[in-house]
Amino acid sequence: MTWKTTTYSGWGRAMKATGELARPETAATLDAVAGEGPAIGMRRSYGDTALNSGGRAIDMTRMDRFLDFNETSGELTVEAGVRLGDIARVFAPKGWLPAVLPGTGFATVGGAIANDVHGKNHHILGTFGQHVAAITMIQNGKQVTITPEKNAAMFQATVAGLGQTGIITSAKLKLMAAKGDLMMVTERRVNNWDEQLDALTTAKSPYTVGWIDATASGADFGRGIVEEGETGFGIVPKRGRSRSFPFEAPSFATSRAIVKMFNAAYLRRVPVSGRTTAKPISDFYFPLDRILDWNKGYGKAGFHQFQCVVPLTEVNALKAIMERIVAAGIAMPPTVIKRLGAGSAGMMSFPIEGWTLAVDFPNRGQSAALIDELHGMTERAGGRVYLAKDSLLKPERVRVMYPELAAWAKIAKKADPKGKLITDMVRRLKLREDMA
Amino acid sequence: MSETWIILGATSSMARALARELAGRGADLLLCGRNQNELKALTTDAELRGSRLAKALHFDARDASTFAPIVARAAKVDGVVNVAVFCGSMPPQSEVEADPAKLQGVITDSYTGPAEILLMLAPLMEERGAGTIIGVGSVAGDRGRLSNYVYGSAKAGFHTFLAGLRNRMARKGVHVMTVKPGFVDTGMTWGVPGMFLVAQPEQVAEALLKGAKKKRNVLYVPFFWWGIMTIIKSVPEFIFKKLKI
Repeated sequence: MTWKTTTYSGWGRAMKATGELARPETAATLDAVAGEGPAIGMRRSYGDTALNSGGRAIDMTRMDRFLDFNETSGELTVEAGVRLGDIARVFAPKGWLPAVLPGTGFATVGGAIANDVHGKNHHILGTFGQHVAAITMIQNGKQVTITPEKNAAMFQATVAGLGQTGIITSAKLKLMAAKGDLMMVTERRVNNWDEQLDALTTAKSPYTVGWIDATASGADFGRGIVEEGETGFGIVPKRGRSRSFPFEAPSFATSRAIVKMFNAAYLRRVPVSGRTTAKPISDFYFPLDRILDWNKGYGKAGFHQFQCVVPLTEVNALKAIMERIVAAGIAMPPTVIKRLGAGSAGMMSFPIEGWTLAVDFPNRGQSAALIDELHGMTERAGGRVYLAKDSLLKPERVRVMYPELAAWAKIAKKADPKGKLITDMVRRLKLREDMA
Repeated sequence: MSETWIILGATSSMARALARELAGRGADLLLCGRNQNELKALTTDAELRGSRLAKALHFDARDASTFAPIVARAAKVDGVVNVAVFCGSMPPQSEVEADPAKLQGVITDSYTGPAEILLMLAPLMEERGAGTIIGVGSVAGDRGRLSNYVYGSAKAGFHTFLAGLRNRMARKGVHVMTVKPGFVDTGMTWGVPGMFLVAQPEQVAEALLKGAKKKRNVLYVPFFWWGIMTIIKSVPEFIFKKLKI
């Protein structure tokens, strides 16, 4: 059968959609359904980016063939449903890696383009879209191939374009030469906020990221672990089997006391003097992928992730945001801070040069109100919220945060005049509506 | 020496997953099926994933003239030849009941076509004194049921054929494994109501290669279908005929 009626959600599981999904496995079957709705992938975006309530959507996960590889230039052409982790697994042993990898290897190439994702090396190599040489998509019934040189406007509207300019069917990626499939990782503890920011500012490694204990306050505020990495080669430690999260966690699992204990233990994993270890690349990039369905750990109601970026000059605003999060006391363990560079490839790309902070909150009680407050603080600091993570932003705010929205919407309208690609997020944030 | 696998019905979801797994091991692949464009894409994919050599060959279970070229190609293989059969077709039972002429196609796709080419390949495998045949049947072949007895009867025939072939080939060092998958998440089952305990094609592929390595004779995938089918087979006919499953 072509269409399956089902209920599906984003990674945060707080938002759900019921609608019809097609999952083509060949080019011919994809052509037959391409005009019916937006494309969705592994649904690793958190909120409603990949949802279309009451409508149709095209699940691209079986369109996952490798199409071409140029061994001299490192250019790899793949279908949109290929998972980034698969590319890393197959090509790392040959000395190539996607230049940019987000926090999960389950994300698809199509999704990585549509959200212009970034990774731990953003300050050096920028976003995923900056390493895309060409995108092929079905746009308003026709197959088109665009490049950043020849179709600059359409390319910039498609990268981070939330799937609104066409069904991305394949893309040519510029892989980067990598020394091997190992990552040399140095972790050290930082004792407070200033040390955390200092360590992230002065880090020289191509990959850097900080973890913050969001339950620590007072003198310990901002403490955590700064992780730096560099690719290398050697004996690859054997990777353990992935485990599935076996059940929906009960609500006490996300209680303050448990999180506090978990964070303290997590911090102590790293000796006071720091340590350097060799890890398989996938463990470094995708640490949480080893626990399949870890999102179930937040219980049935799911969770919201708040990820913002504020300009470098707004460190005080960043600190105020973090203090507000600590005071609220409901943040979950994976709280991540990183210094972003200026790189971005799309009109609606998230990164600006500055500090980004990502925090998970269980979907209950005061979370929504708190996140709205954090959105306000972000907006006033001249920052923005990452749409791939969002489920609660207000339409008024997105217009301030993303100044190119109106220009982008115009291109999206031209590419998809019938509005067939509109998703729940586009409706919620009125992204393609003129609000002026 | 690298291993060679002939995959019949290579564009099916399960076959694709197996081809990928084998490509990762560096195997040579002969991908056989009807859709040439699709097969070409799959051979490129397999080579990029590590297959030393992947070739697309035309195969149509309903056209016996397509068999000989595949056998000729297999004869040229230097080393062990392995075969995995994934062909079959399952139109809704009601469609076949409305148009009984459709039965012939189901039987040819799911049983007689693949059985004929296996008979043609058997001598050259016997000659090599090694290799594996993986024949994919179905739990539907274990008992005739209201919902798909035409398809089920074809698969039952194929199971019996494979059992006999196993008997013949075992004495020459060739192993024949009968596979009975339960519900698998393929293009064929997408959106079909009443599916439960659905397995991913990748899981099936992994189970097939593990089973082949252990020289399993009959393999239910996932394994718990053995229990389910044991229960279904043990229901007495006078009760079974009143059931709707």
